[in-house]
Amino acid sequence: MTDTTVLELVSPSALLKSEPVEMVVVPGTDGNFGVLPKHSPMISTIRPGVIDIYAGGKVSERIFVAGGVAEVNPERCTILAEEAVPVADLKADEAQARLEAAEAALKAAETAHDKANAERSLDIARAQITALTN
Amino acid sequence: MASLKDLRSRIASVKSTKKITSAMKMVAASKLRRAQDAAEAARPYAERMGTMLGRLATAVGSNEGAPKLLAGTGKDDVHLLVVFTADRGLCGGFNASIVKAARLKTKALLAEGKTVKLICVGRKGSDALKREFGDNIVARYTGIEGKKGIDFSSATDVADKVLALYEEGEFDVCTIFYNKFVSAISQVATAQQLIPFAGEEVEEQEEAETGSSAVYEYEPSEEAILADLLPRNVGVQIFGAMLESSASEHGARMSAMDNATRNAGDMIDRLSIQYNRSRQAQITNELIEIISGAEAL
Repeated sequence: MTDTTVLELVSPSALLKSEPVEMVVVPGTDGNFGVLPKHSPMISTIRPGVIDIYAGGKVSERIFVAGGVAEVNPERCTILAEEAVPVADLKADEAQARLEAAEAALKAAETAHDKANAERSLDIARAQITALTN
Repeated sequence: MASLKDLRSRIASVKSTKKITSAMKMVAASKLRRAQDAAEAARPYAERMGTMLGRLATAVGSNEGAPKLLAGTGKDDVHLLVVFTADRGLCGGFNASIVKAARLKTKALLAEGKTVKLICVGRKGSDALKREFGDNIVARYTGIEGKKGIDFSSATDVADKVLALYEEGEFDVCTIFYNKFVSAISQVATAQQLIPFAGEEVEEQEEAETGSSAVYEYEPSEEAILADLLPRNVGVQIFGAMLESSASEHGARMSAMDNATRNAGDMIDRLSIQYNRSRQAQITNELIEIISGAEAL
């Protein structure tokens, strides 16, 4: 029996996933990191990107997250994501529309706050498109 | 004594009221089910966020560089109260109890010479507080609950407003008032401090039990994560309060409408008895008249 760590993926509206996995690769703000069982404790923020869940040495599931935070300890990996969608459910045209909307919002943004928001959704949209292309 | 016709129309009107209240009860029951599920589904996120923040807060402590959202502004002169009520009435003491709690707090704070600002979420609350503290209300939100329940983005709207006010130094302490959902017949008006962040004691206890003295690595830094998490936590807490409040609203409405339906039923029974009695009395009267008329011949 292979070792597993518990992956918990939680969004504000629901507990999306709570199951043992062999390995999971998380897009941290400072670079991707893989979480194996008995990982040393850490907390990291997440940039918009794809979480890869591994089973049997292969990627078994890919989930897109729009940022959040991950807490890792030897027994589990908890990911708090604001938005989480399986990559298979992402639509290219929707991502494109989001990108355009974000670009327009960035142009129209007047306050620093609006601008920061627009930049964030721009990042999310770009990450979605990247996730779809590879 | 009411005439038979009056009684008849009275019974008819109570009957139609009963139909309305029982329909409202059904609607509230089905909405309650959904709201309750949503509120329960949202709890894990808020809980884990709380644990994580508690851990981070302990790590950072009250260092000089601690973010303002954690450490506070060092004053407590200006208080911001966020009051969550329903948009609609007819739900028993739901709105009244939360407004009462907010009003008491506001009065106490004003008596201490502090400044109070209010944000009202839900139409009923702003209507009730407008009369007394109209000048203190800085923002109001209505129509939070859409067809599909409550969206996280509406919580973000409120959270953004609160954070923007805090950035501008408009207030020092933020407290939220909402009805916590206990069961369909019981809701508790709750006040919770939102800013500065107050870790819950339960977490510390849990920390001690599991003995997780393990040192966490932070990536990027504690401060950066805190700066990212704290504003998010505000949104999550507000979202949680909205969900709890909506579940409570439907619960309160359901039991209020259940009572109303039962009262209407009782009233119909009483009126029917009265109606039957007066009808019988009238018939007896007529008979007596006929008989005495016949005897006189």
